Amino acid sequence: MEMLNAKRVKQFVMDKAIFLVLLLLVIVIAIINPRILRLQVLRDILMMSSTKIIMALGMMFVILTGGVDLGGGRLVGMAAVISASMLQTADYVRRFYPDLGQVPVILPILLAVAVGTLFGMMNGLIVAKFKVPAFIATLSSMLIIYGINSIYFNMPPNNSQPIGGLRADFTFLGSGSVGFVPVIVVFAGIVSIIVWFVLNKTVFGKNVYAVGGNPEAAAVSGINITKTLVGLFGVCGFLISLSGVLEAARTGGATNNYGNGYELDAIASCVVGGVSTTGGVGTVSGVIAGVIIFSFINYGLTFIGVNPYWQNIIKGVIIVSAVSFDIRKYVQKK
Amino acid sequence: MYVLEMDHVSKSFPGVKALDDVTLKVRPGTVHALMGENGAGKSTLMKCLFGLYSMDEGQISFNGQPVNINSVKEALALGISMIHQELHLIPYRSVMENIWLGRYPRIGGSKSPVVDHKTMYEMTASLLKELNLNTIQPTDLLRTLSVSKAQSVEIAKAVSYESKIIIMDEPSSSLTENEVEHLFTIIRSLKARGVAIIYISHKMEEILKISDEVTIMRDGKYVGTWPANELTTATIIKRMVGRDLTHRFPSGESTIGGELLRIEGYTSPNPRSFKDVSLTLHKGEILGIGGLVGAQRTEVMEAVFGLRLHSEGKLFVNGKEVVCNNAYDAKRLGMALLTEERRATGIFPVLSVQENLVIANINAYRNKNGLLNAAKMAADTKKSIKELDIKTPSARTLIKSLSGGNQQKVLFARWLLTVPDILILDEPTRGIDVGAKFEIYVIMRELAAQGKGVIMISSEMPELLGMTDRIVVMSEGRVAGVVTSKETNQEAIMELATKYVG
Repeated sequence: MEMLNAKRVKQFVMDKAIFLVLLLLVIVIAIINPRILRLQVLRDILMMSSTKIIMALGMMFVILTGGVDLGGGRLVGMAAVISASMLQTADYVRRFYPDLGQVPVILPILLAVAVGTLFGMMNGLIVAKFKVPAFIATLSSMLIIYGINSIYFNMPPNNSQPIGGLRADFTFLGSGSVGFVPVIVVFAGIVSIIVWFVLNKTVFGKNVYAVGGNPEAAAVSGINITKTLVGLFGVCGFLISLSGVLEAARTGGATNNYGNGYELDAIASCVVGGVSTTGGVGTVSGVIAGVIIFSFINYGLTFIGVNPYWQNIIKGVIIVSAVSFDIRKYVQKK
Repeated sequence: MYVLEMDHVSKSFPGVKALDDVTLKVRPGTVHALMGENGAGKSTLMKCLFGLYSMDEGQISFNGQPVNINSVKEALALGISMIHQELHLIPYRSVMENIWLGRYPRIGGSKSPVVDHKTMYEMTASLLKELNLNTIQPTDLLRTLSVSKAQSVEIAKAVSYESKIIIMDEPSSSLTENEVEHLFTIIRSLKARGVAIIYISHKMEEILKISDEVTIMRDGKYVGTWPANELTTATIIKRMVGRDLTHRFPSGESTIGGELLRIEGYTSPNPRSFKDVSLTLHKGEILGIGGLVGAQRTEVMEAVFGLRLHSEGKLFVNGKEVVCNNAYDAKRLGMALLTEERRATGIFPVLSVQENLVIANINAYRNKNGLLNAAKMAADTKKSIKELDIKTPSARTLIKSLSGGNQQKVLFARWLLTVPDILILDEPTRGIDVGAKFEIYVIMRELAAQGKGVIMISSEMPELLGMTDRIVVMSEGRVAGVVTSKETNQEAIMELATKYVG
């Protein structure tokens, strides 16, 4: 019996190894500079994490099927530019649309998110129908999205000027708060609950896990693989563009270079949070924990004064160890 | 009378007639065993029934009605399920989700997007109870279950489709004795519900114990159907192998020299794989390795070649103990391995004949600057093509456009360039036409005549008997016996091959 328990503990440590290491790193940072544990700082970290949580949850859908969405960062930029370009204050000097009236704040947001969902579904269709690996399909859409977004951003009279002067009812979504609770954190919470419900309680969610866990078994059981892939890539595009909109609202501006490289942070957070790159395994709570820990380390390393170049190296090591530990769990030597 | 009738079924693959006018008639509520040697066409026939292959000719009737089965989905809808050797399950999902995959009950009607977990749990619990699978919980994760339990889940899934016919392909191959007993209990309860089981297995005793009728196939042809109680292990074997030796082999006597390779007590760390395998190969000898599919013949040879782990055992080359941990070591020790899966682990399909030829010997073509000597590679390629009579338009032709037999000759040539002393050939003539087979046999004879040692794994009895000097027969990962080829026959080998089975 004791043997069994020892084995179980070992298994647990193996399964959660990277998580435990990072937790240790969090503790180390907190010991070096305990001021990071002040409520105000933690609130900041949570706010920074919010858009990343929404994006990582989108990314999770694709990773659950063994792929990645490399276009995610550029989609953040596109959604940010689209929404920001239509939500500037009337008295701002350099308006994107000088003659545009006061549109309801929801319309540009819906437009941005619809465009993102469409791009996601197109990725899914290409992956399902032409059997193009997800990373190639999304690498291509990364270039296409950035190209289209830059053309839009460069249109006169804007001519590639950073978009600023955003309306207060829009920036409230990103940087406002009700009492001590930031609105954006509420957003992330609601999205998390909905994603959890979709993945665990709906037929679509179960099909995502099935297609990711064993595509052959899913096909033999009569699951429509194409429909599932188009759907999950669509959800990924939806969530990533939503995070882009909120990123514009949070920072009060947008350029075509917004979100560049965010997809890598999202992938890293998913992997750290236990989403397996081999497909079929991953939870919402794991992803949230992954993002928060990753943000904490990001913020914390700056906070305790680690050179930014070193931060990159540390992040690289974290990602590669997370994936190696993950693969070790699933691959056995023959 | 019959729940299933398959009449005059024929199916050809390029170069092979896999099924030739085969008949199978199954009665409801019975266990119908389907038997035959490796490659007799059992799996092909079942794949036709399950909608994975389309028949060239023939008719399938289900409950007396002629039916067309074009996909797995149609087979399942009719009430035909298949329990595969590799289970079709999703490891990180629960038992109930696996069973109702693609057919989840929903809250508020069949169009609703929300899964009804409570109903799914109850349906699963009552299904498991019905089948007396009391140790499995609907919420258990599949990956935490043993192979036997996972298989039970697959059977429960088949039952949940209200299948009238369940095909079981080697269901007991990875089960322990107790687990097989349990499987039989489930099968009996299925029979009582009127379900027909088509049971494919090599295990004679099991077949005689559980089945009502036995259909035997040989070389893609129908041999006959008999009530199980009229059969014995001996009569089954006779009918499975009872063919004329029509294949021809090059004549020639081997001159057997001293010991070349010896393995002692090779044991796999995987308890289900090979155990305590010892054998000796002499210079100038062709040593056959026989046994049924799953006897771990390939695994042992891959372990000798350093591609697989072994936890115990010693390896001697020319009487000296050596260590071989990878293919690089093996090559240095003078070994060569022609793998069983020519396409998967042999050829580089989109590379040329020359590139395929020189790859194992590539280090020999480096000049002092570290660059490859193109002239020398071309010369060796030309020589190999001539010596082995490889039929290819040129050395630059892509290997994938050659016939199977010529691809195999290229692989032979590849290893011959490394000047090996020991050649391990895993099913060297599989999927090759008769003419090319003979040429491969000639090459083997020549190599033996040069004093090299050849090990040939083969599932073809006539080839084993006709080509080798001695045959090591394996059964369930162990050596069941070593026989002298001239003094044995097919029946004796088959008996050894089933020695530890079941």
